[in-house]
Amino acid sequence: FERHFSIIFNVLHLKISDYATHSVIYLCCSSLLFPGLIQREGGSMEQEMGELRRYRTQSISRGEFALSDSFYFYRKGLESIVDDQVTQRFSSEELVSWNLLTRTNHNFHYISLRLTIIWGLGVIIRYCVLFPLRITLAIIGISWLVIGTTLVGFLPNRRVKNWLSELVHLMCYRICARGLSATIQYHNKNNKPQKGGICVANHTSPIDIVILANDGCYAMVGQSHSGLMGVIQRSMVRSCPHVWFERSEMRDRHAVTSRLRAHVAAKRNLPILIFPEGTCINNTSVMMFKKGSFEIGGTIYPVAIKYDPRFGDAFWNSAKYNMVSYLLRMMTSWAIVVNVWYLPPMTRQEGEDATKFANRVKSAIAHQGGLLDMAWDGSLKRDKVKEEFKEHQQKMYSSMVVGTKARNSQEPHTESTKS
Amino acid sequence: MGSTNSTLSKIPNVEELMEETGFTPAHIVRLYDRFEALDKEKTGHLRPQDFGAINRLAMNPIGDRIIGAFFSPGQETVDFHSFVRILAHFRPADKKHPKDPSMPEPVNSRTSKLKFAFQLYDQDKDGKISRAELLQVLRSMLEMQVTEEQLESIADRTIQEADLDNDDAISFEEFRKVPLGRARRLTYQHGPLQHSAPRILSQPHRK
Repeated sequence: FERHFSIIFNVLHLKISDYATHSVIYLCCSSLLFPGLIQREGGSMEQEMGELRRYRTQSISRGEFALSDSFYFYRKGLESIVDDQVTQRFSSEELVSWNLLTRTNHNFHYISLRLTIIWGLGVIIRYCVLFPLRITLAIIGISWLVIGTTLVGFLPNRRVKNWLSELVHLMCYRICARGLSATIQYHNKNNKPQKGGICVANHTSPIDIVILANDGCYAMVGQSHSGLMGVIQRSMVRSCPHVWFERSEMRDRHAVTSRLRAHVAAKRNLPILIFPEGTCINNTSVMMFKKGSFEIGGTIYPVAIKYDPRFGDAFWNSAKYNMVSYLLRMMTSWAIVVNVWYLPPMTRQEGEDATKFANRVKSAIAHQGGLLDMAWDGSLKRDKVKEEFKEHQQKMYSSMVVGTKARNSQEPHTESTKS
Repeated sequence: MGSTNSTLSKIPNVEELMEETGFTPAHIVRLYDRFEALDKEKTGHLRPQDFGAINRLAMNPIGDRIIGAFFSPGQETVDFHSFVRILAHFRPADKKHPKDPSMPEPVNSRTSKLKFAFQLYDQDKDGKISRAELLQVLRSMLEMQVTEEQLESIADRTIQEADLDNDDAISFEEFRKVPLGRARRLTYQHGPLQHSAPRILSQPHRK
């Protein structure tokens, strides 16, 4: 019944959002709704400096400094003040057309009475019909997870216990997924992660775990919490081994790596689930993978997760919302539509260091999921950029002015992040 | 987020601001969202550190000077109105309105843009770019990549070329006369939603 309901519901939603899109486009010209403040010019430093110096008799190749050279840096600086590629990844993606959720509409204009009525109906349906259903399902799911895993934990026998624990886990995650109205499409199931492997995926929200666990059982890795999360974690461990770290242990990278290695080495253990970005990104790009996960050894099974933003914004902006309000928002969106691609397993090659391997896996995931592959570090959400990047800019500029140094090849980071 | 009108009503004196700067309401809302995103501690003011958190700006060789342009001398914080006023200098010039000599110079005219660029060099605001000031800018742009002598010779040559009244400094008038690229290069342009470029890439790759 659930399946049919969700299919009908999705079709209905698509029709409504199509109508909304058409009326929006018809009634307003795009410049009203989407005021772009910046159009970046894609030229390299040399091209743009050349333009700035157009009227001068000296050309770029002869070197020489021009007073107008600073304009290039000035402009780049101002552009980055108004907006920049990295910070925008830590806030929700902007949609080209509206999906009848005010939360995704940054520049809401009153457009027409008809659209507002439709939107109002949408609100009623989402909050009064869907939300109670979903909350009930979620509560059932989580309580069954706790009770079920505790019960299974009492069993002594190896094989039966594992089988039962998998059953319990799958059931609970499926109930939770219904609780979020998640429609998940799995692709390439033949590449599903095997026991004793490491599953690696891009991270958008805590819901990723529910999405992946709907199709297979994984050993979770994470910090042990107190409170409700702690209860869930402790009961899960009773039925099959997960890896929960104390906060103090997490700082010791060596201890973490050896524990994970021990888990992987025991071939009967479930595959570990790791998110190497380290933080939630808004699902338009994949940021730098931390190399720690790639030093453990074993086979890596990459997975790409892509949410369809038209139905609901799945990104967890932890600075803006806490976990509870995030879950409430999820439960009052239209639906969560996800595509999951299992990629063929990868292992570290001879002479390849962990960083290169991590980048290789990252490109594969980004390519499959249709996400931008960015070299920036997700921890830039909280930390600052290193000095070396500034030096690189200086180097490039000086080779133009002084003219004698050999030109460097394409700058690694800034070129790839130009829009 | 939310309705433009509700965000606009949060900003005091917003009509004056729009009048003065020529930004449309949608632009102001965008800038307000950006201001709030930069103001992580929600104090209503930005300090130099908040600008420093922008990574591309931290990477920029003259990033510190650009940040300094937002703060008037002696001020340690900048509020939303000043933020918008300064950015208004770089709005593309309005081609439609004919030049009316009796009206005051619009905020984003070519001259004001040049004046802004001039102030980038002239840090002590005495109206002239001295040799020392020019050297400072050169040093930030080139840092350890060239020797001190090279820097000095570049500075000398530039002053020689630009300095017309032989006072060993470049005044604003001389700055304007140097054939600089069009000050259009100092503007940012209105364009389609900047996310439209990455969206082309986000069609999932289906095998």
